[in-house]
Amino acid sequence: MNATLFALALFDGISYAALVFLVAVGLTLIFGVLRVLNVAHGSFYALGAYTTASIGSAIFAASFAPWLAFPLMLIAAIGVGILVGGPIEKLLLSRIYEMEDVLQILVTFAVFMILEDAQRLIWGVQPLFEATALNALGTIEVLGITYTVYQLIFLPIVAVAVLVALRVGLRRTLTGRLITAVTEDREAATSIGIDAEKVYLITFMVGASLAAFGGALASATTSVVPGMGADMIVLSFAVVATAGLGNIEGAALTALLIGLGRSFAVYLWPEVEVLVPYLIMLFVLLVRPQGLFGMPDARKI
Amino acid sequence: MIQSLRLLIPALALVVVALIPVFAPTTQVLLTLALAKSLAVLGVIVLLQAGQVSFGHALYFAVAAYTATFVGKVMGGGEIVVTLLAGAVAAGTVSVVVGLFVTRYRHIFFGMLNLALSMIFFSFLEKFYFVTGGSDGLSVARPTVIGLSLERGPFEAVLFYGSLGLVAAALFLTDRFLHSSIGQMMRAIKTNEVRLEYLGISARHVLLIGYVVSAVLCGLGGALMATAQGIVTPEYAWWIRSGEFVFIAILGGAGSIGGAVAGALIYESVRTYAAAFAADIWQMVLGFILLVIILFAPKGIMGIFQGLQPRAGSSRTRGGTKVEPAE
Repeated sequence: MNATLFALALFDGISYAALVFLVAVGLTLIFGVLRVLNVAHGSFYALGAYTTASIGSAIFAASFAPWLAFPLMLIAAIGVGILVGGPIEKLLLSRIYEMEDVLQILVTFAVFMILEDAQRLIWGVQPLFEATALNALGTIEVLGITYTVYQLIFLPIVAVAVLVALRVGLRRTLTGRLITAVTEDREAATSIGIDAEKVYLITFMVGASLAAFGGALASATTSVVPGMGADMIVLSFAVVATAGLGNIEGAALTALLIGLGRSFAVYLWPEVEVLVPYLIMLFVLLVRPQGLFGMPDARKI
Repeated sequence: MIQSLRLLIPALALVVVALIPVFAPTTQVLLTLALAKSLAVLGVIVLLQAGQVSFGHALYFAVAAYTATFVGKVMGGGEIVVTLLAGAVAAGTVSVVVGLFVTRYRHIFFGMLNLALSMIFFSFLEKFYFVTGGSDGLSVARPTVIGLSLERGPFEAVLFYGSLGLVAAALFLTDRFLHSSIGQMMRAIKTNEVRLEYLGISARHVLLIGYVVSAVLCGLGGALMATAQGIVTPEYAWWIRSGEFVFIAILGGAGSIGGAVAGALIYESVRTYAAAFAADIWQMVLGFILLVIILFAPKGIMGIFQGLQPRAGSSRTRGGTKVEPAE
């Protein structure tokens, strides 16, 4: 493997990890607070991508300025989080918090099935492609490789910004502190007057928006096809489980680990590319069952 | 009285299923596929008794299906008894190795590790196409039945009634297993594992036995499915298929082994007819059904069925017909 290939694999891995992180961090945030593993998370990713790509094609065909692609992504992501995520939590998930985890996962699995078909009904099966944002930022030459600024610089900056915003938001703002309190101990938080239901709703909408934001950003780099949500959900599960469920900083490092592992596999041993995330997860869980950054649970007698 | 009733209702149900193709011959293949799936669902239900759910049991479904195919290829067509046995044995063997380490985990981690392993196998099937035929899969030659080569028509009939017999036997044996002391211990894992350990019983050991039993059931279903469909594809190991097994288990009623068959028959019928009438939205239809079942009838179809029976009947069944999930 020469230096050029090494750099290429590195760049691919970093830009890919940035996208995976956004989806995985939403998943881990939702799990941390609601204690529900949200299978429908992949659908939010796909919905974010579809919404951005279809609105983008429409407004750029009407020759609006290309920079509008960036606010569009943010608006589409927040829109999906509030308009799709909100009702799902309010009408469905709020009824199932007392159930066994198997049933909770199955409820989100049912939502996933419904949303998959809904996408097909709305957008059809033809791939969408909308790369205005990617082209708007142009390319850059690093170490003799020409790479898009969007993937090499913009995506990692967004991912780091989200990580910092989440950290600061959870520790410094009132809403963030309320979320942390409910995560720590729901009963105690409720007893001092925190509205846990509202916290759950807000967390779920934020988590869903993050996944949709990941999809919106991804829509500029790849074609938007049916099934993209299913692939992403399994991958982000692997990231979250490897990091330790509910761990935000861990999700960032693990996304990087798995992203890099995958992109190096593409160049070194392409057959195992899809396997890398699972192999990493398997190996980590063998050695540390609670994940890289997780804490072991206390046993209840 | 109770004993005879316990056997009468399932026996009647089996006779009804056996008679369906006589009146509606086109349903025979559909029913065979549903029966094959019900074996796999039965496997998932065994694990659910211990409160564990595997999102990767399609692994054993696929391992057995591919083993049966390869054994058939080596034997030049093969004998159905041998290919099915080979599939079940292969699934059992793999599950001992995998089980030794996944039984250290519980709940979501248990489910996710199983998922990871099944996805690894899925990728292997897709990527190593020179062995496995890649995403096109492999075709399965029609095996002989106890030495006889049959034409397509008679073979499908034999396969259907053979599957029915197999399912009946599997239901009976699983019922025995869940009522044995190992079965009771599995339920204790769900209620309180630490107490079980305090009694001097290794929960991991108990769970491993349950895991292997469930994998063998899944394997039998997979091998049967491959023979009935005449083709195996990597899709056999895909996570959606594992999800489907769990789905059917909940649809039928996770606490009852009869629910596996009832659930699989209803699921396959809905899927086939929904796919015919509403090709674009059948997943959506299934999703809504699942939501309704979980929110309004958490004991599944079997629970609804029991609710319809008169009070006296329901108190009688509590004597032991149904394996109630321990809360």
